[in-house]
Amino acid sequence: MDFLAPFIEVYTLDHFKFLLEGFWVTLKVAAISIVLSFIIGGIVGTLRYAKIPVVSHILAIIVETIRNLPLLLIIFFTYFALPEIGIEMEITTAAIAALTVFESAMLSEIIRSGLNSIEKGQIEAGRSSGLNYIQTLRYIVMPQALRRMVPPIVSQFISLLKDTSLAVVIALPDLLHNGQIIYAQKGSYVIPVFVLVAFMYFIVNYALSLVARRLELRQS
Amino acid sequence: MLDFSILTNNMDSYIEGFKITIYASLIALLCSFLLGTLIAVMRIAPFKPLNWLGTAYVEFIRNIPVLVIVFFTYLAGNFGGMTAGTIGLTVYTAAFIAEAIRAGIMSVPKGQMEAARSSGLSYGQAMRLIILPQAIKIVIPPLGNQFINLVKNSSLLAVVAGGDLMYQGDLINAKTFSPFDTYIIVGLFYLILTIPLSFGVGFLEKRLARSN
Repeated sequence: MDFLAPFIEVYTLDHFKFLLEGFWVTLKVAAISIVLSFIIGGIVGTLRYAKIPVVSHILAIIVETIRNLPLLLIIFFTYFALPEIGIEMEITTAAIAALTVFESAMLSEIIRSGLNSIEKGQIEAGRSSGLNYIQTLRYIVMPQALRRMVPPIVSQFISLLKDTSLAVVIALPDLLHNGQIIYAQKGSYVIPVFVLVAFMYFIVNYALSLVARRLELRQS
Repeated sequence: MLDFSILTNNMDSYIEGFKITIYASLIALLCSFLLGTLIAVMRIAPFKPLNWLGTAYVEFIRNIPVLVIVFFTYLAGNFGGMTAGTIGLTVYTAAFIAEAIRAGIMSVPKGQMEAARSSGLSYGQAMRLIILPQAIKIVIPPLGNQFINLVKNSSLLAVVAGGDLMYQGDLINAKTFSPFDTYIIVGLFYLILTIPLSFGVGFLEKRLARSN
């Protein structure tokens, strides 16, 4: 029963509460980041979809650059390098900023391909019934595209929840960080803590992935 | 403007990290391809307990952060940073590759398996000689995407002192105290790898879309 002893020591109400506090930070940071990313990604994706000369090209270069960089690098850069040019943020803000930059690039692609998936005939029909281009986008294309975007956006939110764990490198007090504090007490705590932490991430992400799958099924 | 003396003064460290990043990504790709294929075959094998095991692996691993896995292999196993990191990346990526391969196998018409079985091949032979070669075409673009993710995720080696590009960047930063230039150069090295890969995958996806 020696094998079980560390599990019993770790799985106390206090530790559990402490981990839940961390998880709350994870959820909060992820939720704020996804809302901001949706707004920024929405604007970027729409501008790229509309193929506005120069603007679309510049945005394409920015989006491709960000998407091809490791998120860890973006987090490091935001927290450690930006102060060098006078932009200083506290940990939570830096984590949200870095995640938002990265996820905006990801979401802009989801939004752009969602818009692209709407048949061109819809735009032609909108235009010929007297709507201008903006109105056609707003009333005809967007509502249809948004429905198709929901499942990939939920999947992206799962990625974001997982990616938030990378902010432990700048000491964001999230679930993984609080787990680290617990297992730092004793070597034998490592496995029980990781089992619990992984399980907590799993429950929430798995539930979300079931939601995404159901939404996808309903659409097809 | 960017201070390139940081690059020239620390060229050896950057190149060393760059090599380890490529090396770790390639090994993890190869291993996770093998593991992923095994899991994909488990998920569709005509034996329920194997299906469950494969599904459990994929669903569990896909829904936890890769950093949790990397830390776990590093702390729970008796490995150095680079080995632990590469194992962690393999375990994580295999779940995604398994899904890509499963989707590829499912896209091969059922009649192919029936035809192979009725010409006397065993299930394993039919899978290996008839189904997998046809599935691979569809699997290549998503595999490419996973490789890009692997290159990016290999930066997690830095948190377990794996000696990769990101880790070297941290060391150079600790020496030069100019994080801005140091990390921008690190980023450029990553882009040298990921941008051509992205273009390659985009090209393959277009060609595949046309051939269908």
